[in-house]
Amino acid sequence: MLASILRILALTRKELLAVLKDRSSRFSLLIPPVVQALIFGYAATYDLSHVTYAALDQDHTAASRQLLAGLDGSGVFERVGDLQHASDVAAFIDARRALLVVQIDPDFERRLLAGGSADVQIIADGRNSNTAGTAMGYVTGIVNQFNADWGAVHGVASAAVQIVVRAWYNPNLETRWFMIPGMIGTLTLLQTMMLTAMSVAREREQGTFDQLLVTPFRPYEIMAGKALPCMLIGVVQATGVLLVAQLWFRIPFAGSYLTLYVGLLLFLLAAVGIGLLLSAVAATMQQAMLYSMLLNMPFSLLSGLATPISSMPRPVQYLTAINPLRYAIDITRRVYLEGAGIGLLEADLWPLGVTALLTLSAASWLFSHRMQ
Amino acid sequence: MTPHHQPSASDAWRSKMRRIRALVRKETHQVARDPSSIAIGVVLPLILILFFGYGLSLDVKNVPVALVIEEPTPEAMELVAGFQLSAYFHPRITRSMPPAQQLLLEHRVDGIVRIPADFSRRVAAGDAQLQLIVHGGDANRARIIEGYVQGVVGVWAARQAAEGRAGAAAPVNVVERLWFNEANDSSYFLVPGLVVLVMTLIGALLTAMVMAREWERGTLEALLVTPVRSEEILLGKTLPYFVLGLIGFVLCVLSARFLFHVPLRGSPWVLLTASTLYLFVALGIGLLISSWVKNQLVASQLTLLVTFMPAFMLSGFLFDLRSMPTVVRLITYVLPARYYVALLQSVFLAGDVWSVIVPNSLVLAGMGAALALASRAAMRKSLD
Repeated sequence: MLASILRILALTRKELLAVLKDRSSRFSLLIPPVVQALIFGYAATYDLSHVTYAALDQDHTAASRQLLAGLDGSGVFERVGDLQHASDVAAFIDARRALLVVQIDPDFERRLLAGGSADVQIIADGRNSNTAGTAMGYVTGIVNQFNADWGAVHGVASAAVQIVVRAWYNPNLETRWFMIPGMIGTLTLLQTMMLTAMSVAREREQGTFDQLLVTPFRPYEIMAGKALPCMLIGVVQATGVLLVAQLWFRIPFAGSYLTLYVGLLLFLLAAVGIGLLLSAVAATMQQAMLYSMLLNMPFSLLSGLATPISSMPRPVQYLTAINPLRYAIDITRRVYLEGAGIGLLEADLWPLGVTALLTLSAASWLFSHRMQ
Repeated sequence: MTPHHQPSASDAWRSKMRRIRALVRKETHQVARDPSSIAIGVVLPLILILFFGYGLSLDVKNVPVALVIEEPTPEAMELVAGFQLSAYFHPRITRSMPPAQQLLLEHRVDGIVRIPADFSRRVAAGDAQLQLIVHGGDANRARIIEGYVQGVVGVWAARQAAEGRAGAAAPVNVVERLWFNEANDSSYFLVPGLVVLVMTLIGALLTAMVMAREWERGTLEALLVTPVRSEEILLGKTLPYFVLGLIGFVLCVLSARFLFHVPLRGSPWVLLTASTLYLFVALGIGLLISSWVKNQLVASQLTLLVTFMPAFMLSGFLFDLRSMPTVVRLITYVLPARYYVALLQSVFLAGDVWSVIVPNSLVLAGMGAALALASRAAMRKSLD
């Protein structure tokens, strides 16, 4: 038993040396997750901080100017043009010069003063309909504010029901809080999986795998020796992303580190298991790499990172049940933002355990099968 | 590399073409015999576009919400009916807050709408309040849900006002019009974006893997000592993969058009021209990386790092470029995917908008030329 552990440790050390002794591969394993977390942390947000709009003010009254001033003063909207005719709208929107055009009809103030209601038309560039929808939501908020102010000044009762909104776990509704914890798993999965798959494939391509097989190592020891260093690197990568989230983006960590790392270890075990399985199937390094990339893409796109799983059609939702990243993202988000404990995460933990168990036993069966 | 005797220009040209043809033939054989290239060029794009075309969506429907009705007055029940009839909500009704909070904690609902006990009384007085608690984790979804709740309450309020019961309509109403995507279907912009992802990936991968493999095996050095010139090798290597990538592209566009019903409002020729340019850029990235690092492992990792995730995150396919901080936005200008996303979203949804097409195509053409020159230089240098 002790001898076996020592052999595994020796193999782990050899693997780590093989991976980390080369400067470029050391660099390519440790730096990208942190750099990616930094850049994507800024990029991956659905929040808008800069919306270009053009005003088509056909009223030119105090009321219409007050409404537009509300937009200009919000700090989000930048007026890039003042249009004279409705026929100018297409030119601005088509050429992407403005995301929105705010159109105010000629009788705007007159209708308001008469105690009736007036329409403001918002024309949005729907080429990215999500961005357009968010921007229109911002406009609605500013118009609501205008309504409240107008009602207060002119003694009109404002909208009958006021909705008081409160967001749990993310009071300012910042997408970044949601995205960056999700990246902890996403940015580590690919390299962990690929590293495992390639390290076996490389040995096989170079013929050193056969040499390894004639040593006193047992098959499961070889597998453990391949799996451990990759998991170790995965843990280091995940920690790097976690540090970026906490120290750079200052997203408050609500949960316990122990819970987070238990979840991450289980996830990495599943990732390494998949990598080993791939390497058992692949004949060359090129194939091993291809397979891991092929798998990584559905894993990362259908994980709920950028688009919610609940918006997917039913069959695809069922399919995501075999995606380890889906559970990892759920775990990291819930531990990070909600402070969820192990008890609440059961539904995420056992699928990861099952994946790890299945892939590892399939890989070891394939390895010992091929040896005979 | 200067020839000893000066052959006529047409002779030189003819033998150049012959060499390229021979290389293309050799490379085509290699592609046809190597299932992994076919897998990247044809199977991968099909799988990706099918998976993600069906899987990716930002549309929010059937949101599970808990409705807390503290007192079932007629006004409150009418509001509840509004939620039940809406296609956007799937309400679960409770009589008090604690069970609703438990549901939110267990992620069984995405939000809680609380109709307080004094709701009807305060509606009559004109200062009624509703409480909405959303799960803020997914902020984008939370905001969409907030908008839906406002919609349902707005409809209810308008009906109340129309029946002359309580309240007044708001002074200013916002009338929204979404151009190019009237149905507000997120697959309209996600599917063209996916085409960009797929093209980026297959283009760069195809060449990166192949060239790095040749360097590793030393077969490229063997080629370099023949009379074949370096740009001919590059061209001969690129063309078969270009055709393979083009097949992948056609498959993507066909499925976008006929499977996901994304309208193609621009001309197919513009689409093809822009995509040809982009495919050359993507192949060029792969060529450059592989002739630079000459190692399959590093080449593949580098390719993935500089193509897939940046095309996903920084191209404007999903996240708005204008809202990124300046430093990050400057990075996006270097990414070819950014220009291709702008092209595809316009050609698919808006039509042939030349003010978008011309500048973006020019940038892509410039990048393609720069990459071709750079890969030739990288290859020449390795000769010394």
